[in-house]
Amino acid sequence: MIKALHLIHDYIKRDEEGNPQGTIRAVDDVSLDVKPGEFVAILGHNGSGKSTFAKHINALLYPTEGTVWVDGMDTNDDAHLWEIRQEAGMIFQNPDNQIIGQVVEEDVGFGPENMGVPTKEIWERVEESLKAVGMWEYRKKSPNRLSGGQKQRVSIAGVIAMHPKCIVMDEPTAMLDPSGRKEVIRAARALNDVEKITILLITHYMEEAIYADRIFVMDAGKVAMQGTPREVFSRVEELRALHLDVPQVTLLAHELRRAGLAIPEGILTKEELAEALLLRNGE
Amino acid sequence: MFKGMTLGQYYQTDSALHRLDPRVKLVATFVYIISLFVVDSFAGYAFAGLFLFALIRLSHVPFRYMVRGLRGILFLLLITMAFNLFLTPGEALVKFWIFTITKEGLSFAVKMAIRLIFLIMGSSIMTLTTTPNQLTDALESLLSPLKKIHVPVHEISMMMSIALRFIPILMEETDKIEKAQLARGADFESKNLVKKVKSLVPLLVPLFIGAFRRANDLAMAMEARCYRGGEGRTKMKPLIYHGNDYQAYAVLTVYLLCCAAIRIVL
Amino acid sequence: MGLKLENVSYKYEQGTAMEVAALDNVSVEIPDGQFIGLIGHTGSGKSTFVQMLNGLLRATQGHVYYDGEDIDGENFDRKGLRANVGLVFQYPEHQLFETDVVADVMFGPRNLGLSEEECRARALEALNAVGMPERFYEQSPFDLSGGQKRRAAIAGVLAMHPKVLVLDEPTAGLDPKGRDEILELISAMHRERRMTILLVSHSMEDVARYVDRIMVMNHGKLIFDDAPRGVFAHYRELEEIGLAAPQMTYIMQYLKEKGMPVRTDVLTVEEAAAEILQYV
Repeated sequence: MIKALHLIHDYIKRDEEGNPQGTIRAVDDVSLDVKPGEFVAILGHNGSGKSTFAKHINALLYPTEGTVWVDGMDTNDDAHLWEIRQEAGMIFQNPDNQIIGQVVEEDVGFGPENMGVPTKEIWERVEESLKAVGMWEYRKKSPNRLSGGQKQRVSIAGVIAMHPKCIVMDEPTAMLDPSGRKEVIRAARALNDVEKITILLITHYMEEAIYADRIFVMDAGKVAMQGTPREVFSRVEELRALHLDVPQVTLLAHELRRAGLAIPEGILTKEELAEALLLRNGE
Repeated sequence: MFKGMTLGQYYQTDSALHRLDPRVKLVATFVYIISLFVVDSFAGYAFAGLFLFALIRLSHVPFRYMVRGLRGILFLLLITMAFNLFLTPGEALVKFWIFTITKEGLSFAVKMAIRLIFLIMGSSIMTLTTTPNQLTDALESLLSPLKKIHVPVHEISMMMSIALRFIPILMEETDKIEKAQLARGADFESKNLVKKVKSLVPLLVPLFIGAFRRANDLAMAMEARCYRGGEGRTKMKPLIYHGNDYQAYAVLTVYLLCCAAIRIVL
Repeated sequence: MGLKLENVSYKYEQGTAMEVAALDNVSVEIPDGQFIGLIGHTGSGKSTFVQMLNGLLRATQGHVYYDGEDIDGENFDRKGLRANVGLVFQYPEHQLFETDVVADVMFGPRNLGLSEEECRARALEALNAVGMPERFYEQSPFDLSGGQKRRAAIAGVLAMHPKVLVLDEPTAGLDPKGRDEILELISAMHRERRMTILLVSHSMEDVARYVDRIMVMNHGKLIFDDAPRGVFAHYRELEEIGLAAPQMTYIMQYLKEKGMPVRTDVLTVEEAAAEILQYV
C-alpha cells in the first residue's frame, strides 16, 4: 500500500535574509513497506522525522532522494497527485486547524466537493462517514461546540468521505484529553477492523501503539527499531535510550524480570501479566 | 473583550425563513434597506415596522433575543439622535442653555432612530436565519456573473467563509493571551494613549503568530483534502429555487410596490 | 499562610438564561509549601478555579483570601497578588512575544516596576532555574522547540518571584522526554525553593508520582481532596466522571481478582514490582 525506498528529505535552512544557509536532514534513508489493511504505528520523539515522513505519503512534501509509492503510484509523478491525495487521507494534530466547514456535515462534504462527486452521492458519503465515527447526531452542530475528541472524529469522517484506502494520522491525539484520546483511537481501530482501511498512526503515546500490527520507531530521521508491538516493547532499555516510554504493564513486567522473576519479555496487557505470574506460581 | 456580541449570530431553529434560499434573503435585505429610504413618513415606517414584525414572527427567533442584540448599537443610536435633535435648524420647541430642540430636529431624530433600528433588525433577521456559509454561497452565486470579467468570486467567498469560521476561535485565543499576559502583570487598562498602544504589543504578537500558524496548517489540510480552487468542484448544498422562494420574491415585490405607493400617496 | 477559598462560586453570564456555574460553592485551603495535583476532565471547572487564585476572575459569591487578606478587599494589592501567585497557562505560544528569550522573561519583572538591571538579573536567574541552555538566551522564543518554549514560559512567571506557582497542564503536547524534564523541573522547584505548587494535569501517572495531595473537580465542585492513595481508592467513582486511577491500580486490582493477595493501593511501577515480589 505504502512503500518508501531510501527516502531522504532535507529541509533548507535559511538565514534572516532568506538565503539558503545549509540543509537539515529530517528523514535519513528510510525504507519501509506497509501492506494493505495493516495498522502500523510510528513512534518517535519530537524532531525524530516522523511527521516529515508522513507528509510524503500525501504528496505534501516530495523526496529529496529516494522514492515513495502509494498504491503503486510514485508521489513524484504529478499526474497522480490528486489520486494519491484521495487514496491516502491525512489527519493532523490540531483539530481546529483542519476543519473548514462551519457545520459538521458541511466539513465532511468538503473533500467530496473538491473531488467533484455528484451532490446526491456527497450526502450518502457524509452520512456513512459520520455514522462510521459515531458523529451522526452532531451533523448540524458547529465544530466550535464540540470537544477535542469529537472534532478529531469529524476530521476523520471528512477523510473517510473521500473513500481513501489508507489514512495517515499525524499525532491526532497530542492535543486531546484522555477521554478524547480514547475516542479517536477507538475510531481508528474500528476503521481498520471493519472497513479494512490501512492506518498509519504517528504518536508518542505508547499505549496507543500496542494495538498496531507493526511498529516503527524513528530516531534522528532513521528507522531505529521495527517489529510487532511485542518485539519492540520487549526492548525496554533501548526504548528508554531513545527517550520513549513503554506501556506501564510492560514496564512492570520488565522490572519483575530484572528482579529475577522468570516471566516472558514483551508483556502488553494486564491479562498476560496475570497469566505469566499465576503460571509461575503454579509450578 | 468581545463578550456579549450576539448581534446577528446564527440562531438555530426551524422556520419558514430558515428554509428560504439564502439568495432570496440576501436580496430581500437589500430591498428592505432601500424601502426604508423610499418611505419617508410615520405611516410608511408603521408599514415597514409591521412587515418587520411579521418577519420576526415568521423567523421563530425570540423577540427578546433580537432586542438584546440592539444593545450593542445603543451608543451609536444615541449619538445620531443627539446630533439630529440639537443641530437641525427650524421652529424651536424647547430651549435651555446653548441647546435648542426644534420641531424639525425632533421629527428628524425620531425618523433616523426608527430607520437605524429597522435597518439593524432587518439585516439581523437575515444573519439570524442564515448560516454564514449559506450567505457566502449566496454571495458567490449572485456575484457569479462577475467571473466573466475575471473577478475571483469563488476564492473571495471561500476566504470569507474561512474567516467566519476562525473569528470565534481567534476571539477565544485573544481572551487566553490577554489572561496569560495579565498573569505576568500586564496592564491593559491604562488611560494613557501611548501606554495603551504599547500594552497591545504583548497581545497582538502572539495573536498574529498564532493566526499565521493556523493559516499554514489549514492550507495544508485543505490541500490534503484535494482542494484545488473552484474548478471542477461540486456542491453538497447547491442553491436551487423552490416554490416558497418564488412566493417570497412575490411578497417582496408587493411590499416594495406598497412602499412606493405610500410615498406617492402621502 | 497561603491561599484560602471560602464558599466560592463563579457563574458565567450571571443573570441570563445561559447562566452556568463553573465553580459551585468551593471551600478549600492551600497552605504554603504543598505540592498539589488538580484533576478533572475538560469543563469540570479547574481552569476557572486556578484563575480565581490570582484574581484573573472575581468570585461571584464567596471570598478568596491570600495570607489572610480578602483579595477583593478595597486596599488589597492586586498586582502584588499576580506576582505572588504565578500562573503558567497551557500554551506557551499564548504569552511569548518578545524578540529574544531574555527580553520575554523580563516582561513580568518590568510590569512590577523594577529597575532594568534588576529585571535582567531576575530573568537570567529564572532562565537558569528552568535549565534553559544559554545559547538560546538571545534567540527568538518562536524558534524554540516545544519543551524549550515551555521552559521560557515558566521562567517568565518565575522571574516575578511567586510564592505559589500554578501550572495548567504544563506537559500537554510534549513527548515523553520533554514531559519528564518539565515534571522534574517543577518537582525540583518544590523541593529546593519550598514553593507551593498547584499542578493541573490529565495524567494520573504524573500526578501520582509527584504530588502530596490531589484535588478532583467535577461540575464545578471539589469532590475529592486527599492524599493520592486516598483519592485513587475511589477509582470507580473517578471512572464515572470520565477520569481514571493510575494504570498500576488496575493491574493490581486485576491480579487480586485472579487470586493474588496483593495490595491494590500502589501508585507507581516500582511500588507494584516490590509488592508483587513479596508474593511470588
